Amino acid sequence: MDPAFLAVQALSGLSSASSLFITACGLTIVFGVTRIVNFAHGSLYMIGAYTAATLVPRLLELSFGPVTFWAGILASAIIVGLIGVIIEVLLLRRIYGAPELFQLLATFGVVLVVQDLVVQVFGPQDILGPRAPGLRAPVEILGRRFPSYELVLIAAGPIVLGLVWLLLRKTRFGVLVRAATQDRDMVASLGVNQALLFTGTLFLGAFLAGLGGALQIPRVSANTGMDLSIIAEAFVVTVVGGMGSVPGAFLAALVIGQLQAFGILIFPKSTLVVVFLLMAVVLAIRPYGFFGRAEIIGGTHAVGIASRRPLAGRSFILITLMAILAAFPLVADAYLLKVATEILIFALFAFSLQLLIGVGGIVSFGHAAFFGLGAYGAALAVKWYGVSMEAALPLGLALAALGAALVGAFVVRLSGIYLAMMTLAAAQILYAVAFQWVEVTGGDNGIVGVWPSPWASGPIPYYLLTAVLTVITVLLLKRIIDAPFGYSLRAARDSEARAEAIGLKIRQHRWFAFTIAGAAAGLAGGIYAFSRGSVDPSLLGISTSVDALTMLLLGGIQTVMGPLVGAAALHGLRDWIMPLTPLWRLLLGLSIIAMVLIFPRGLVGTVRDWWGART
Amino acid sequence: MNAPLLEVWDLCAFYGRAQVLFNLTFRLQAGEVMALVGRNGAGKTTALKAIMGLVSASARQATFKGHSLGKLPTYKIARLGLGYVPEDRRIFTDLTVEENLETGRRPAGSGRSPWTPERLFRLFPNLAEMRGRRGSQMSGGEQQMLAIARTLMGNPDAILLDEPSEGIAPVIVQMMAEAIRAMKAEGVAVLLSEQNWAFAAGISDRACVIERGEIRFQGSMAELMANETLRAETLGV
Repeated sequence: MDPAFLAVQALSGLSSASSLFITACGLTIVFGVTRIVNFAHGSLYMIGAYTAATLVPRLLELSFGPVTFWAGILASAIIVGLIGVIIEVLLLRRIYGAPELFQLLATFGVVLVVQDLVVQVFGPQDILGPRAPGLRAPVEILGRRFPSYELVLIAAGPIVLGLVWLLLRKTRFGVLVRAATQDRDMVASLGVNQALLFTGTLFLGAFLAGLGGALQIPRVSANTGMDLSIIAEAFVVTVVGGMGSVPGAFLAALVIGQLQAFGILIFPKSTLVVVFLLMAVVLAIRPYGFFGRAEIIGGTHAVGIASRRPLAGRSFILITLMAILAAFPLVADAYLLKVATEILIFALFAFSLQLLIGVGGIVSFGHAAFFGLGAYGAALAVKWYGVSMEAALPLGLALAALGAALVGAFVVRLSGIYLAMMTLAAAQILYAVAFQWVEVTGGDNGIVGVWPSPWASGPIPYYLLTAVLTVITVLLLKRIIDAPFGYSLRAARDSEARAEAIGLKIRQHRWFAFTIAGAAAGLAGGIYAFSRGSVDPSLLGISTSVDALTMLLLGGIQTVMGPLVGAAALHGLRDWIMPLTPLWRLLLGLSIIAMVLIFPRGLVGTVRDWWGART
Repeated sequence: MNAPLLEVWDLCAFYGRAQVLFNLTFRLQAGEVMALVGRNGAGKTTALKAIMGLVSASARQATFKGHSLGKLPTYKIARLGLGYVPEDRRIFTDLTVEENLETGRRPAGSGRSPWTPERLFRLFPNLAEMRGRRGSQMSGGEQQMLAIARTLMGNPDAILLDEPSEGIAPVIVQMMAEAIRAMKAEGVAVLLSEQNWAFAAGISDRACVIERGEIRFQGSMAELMANETLRAETLGV
């Protein structure tokens, strides 16, 4: 192969590694100290890009020159740093002690809020920033032209690494940050005000995210998709490097930059897949990444369903509920039936996640993977093999179960935040496959023409079919939760060491639970595909996973029936509010944050507490 | 009698629903060494943690230098001049000896000569030879010295010292006793939690015997030495 081409390819790999490192470095420092995986870090990066793309051209009008350009970049990063301080003071400070699931959800709430705010503030169109003065002409490398700005970026990574190293090694702030990364309580016992230390850390982390974003403006236009694409990559970098490790992040960014640069040559469309596969391989070999340590895994507080006495007259309630479900078509119109069908599907999806999180303490952030696998499995069977719905649904379920068994085999070795990230990675790999393997999956357009068999088509029959399948599966899962198997999972959730000491094979139980939950989610996905007549990659996306988590949270994570209520509440709210306002994501984000802060027991949990206090 | 430096009354603590401390009331005078002694699990460590505000389910009335500790966060308690050396030492293993000392540094009160790394290295000569070494590469005894030195860097008026002799070599235990005497000579009061009776008896002015979360005896060390029945019953020595 042409050596000049290889050199240029390696250089562009280095420059994307630099950008990635600058951003991921902030994420890993913030995690190290606060133990919060800040989903909003990508949003800060996006704000940095928008701010710089808006601010720098105005500054250049006042005084054109390299000094102005770089001052503008720096000013944008400082502005983002201050936004990070606001986020810390208003939100993060209140959730340092919360379970990791709530932390992830709350910061994802910030992502949603920022998405709508960015459009409100900067407008819906992409903004292309100015090119850097003095760096407009490309340089020649082995006879090929290479943008000189990229060379500056290549240098920026090591410079930031050096400065961060000096800050962490040679200043009192840095020494305290490193100490707090290891043992926060001890730092407090030595008289250090953690609140200030954490606010300072958030400023540093947000500053780096903003810098990472601002440096992009001459290369890519600021756009509203930047937040989730960078956060996925930054997660991979921090996880592969070892959570909390700055040198680890640097090394991981270098590896990933080169992998992306040369992965294009091998899999032209699937750089995402390569990146997430790297993460899977690294975590399989080193469960804490390159330089991570076992004690820095985050998420030591499991929350889950609590044992309680069975409600009196529960079979009566159950029969009444089933009767109401069965009689619903008598009173509802086609639209309501469609809504009810979707609520039932999502209730099943959320309930399958409850088996993992509430019962098993396995905080999966990628449960959409199996929902999507079930949907795609069914749709692909219809499209490529022309099978009927009766065969396609079990096929989808089987594909989801198989996928869950495979992913689960990796996942059950991990714990805490690494587990959440690994499941997220698995879902992102599948998302990338569905998105990029256009010939088979239809890419962005997905697959259409996935219709139920004649006997089940029409709103009423399909609603009834959904209701029957959902009720049967939920009852089956409930039976599993109440069986000794469910108790073993709960034992492992509450104390791994003790559960192991009484002879439970924790990994095997968790793997089994993961597969069952994946199969149930796959069934929900299959039913969903036939209800809409189509599938598309968004079914596998982060927001579908978060939807399920939000339903759990809304309904109440400590109750068995919470997810069912949560699915109804979230879906109902969405159908009701979304047509009324363009700021749906802002509202949803704020609601998620509010739920985490003031309502963490969810609807069912709160009602139960109230009932319990009354009687 | 002077106003006590540290006064604690009705200290209770809970782990879940189980109460582990029952209305402990005691005082620590400026410049004295008092030992909390008792069997394993009696509640000594919990008592020290609760004073520092590190046990979430605890109720206590406490004053330090006349300030109510009330619901103060841990760092503010430490800033009043109350140092804490935990039982498991909790050295920052990624940090060097000098960096560990830096984490504890706080300005000294007026009229006191502040502790500096140099002074501490004279107190613990072993540490002087390993200034650049990381905490993870130190022995248990060295870590214990570093933990005490780190807390002294905050120039405290009193130190809560949890099991300083646990799991370290006898020769280092001897050095530890000397260090505590040296601290006392500098006017630092020490509230010591100890299972090693001989060690506690050798350096303490007063003692407080805790059994199952309750105080069984409070008085001078000499008194406790004399009371063989009580010792045999509560401490097994």
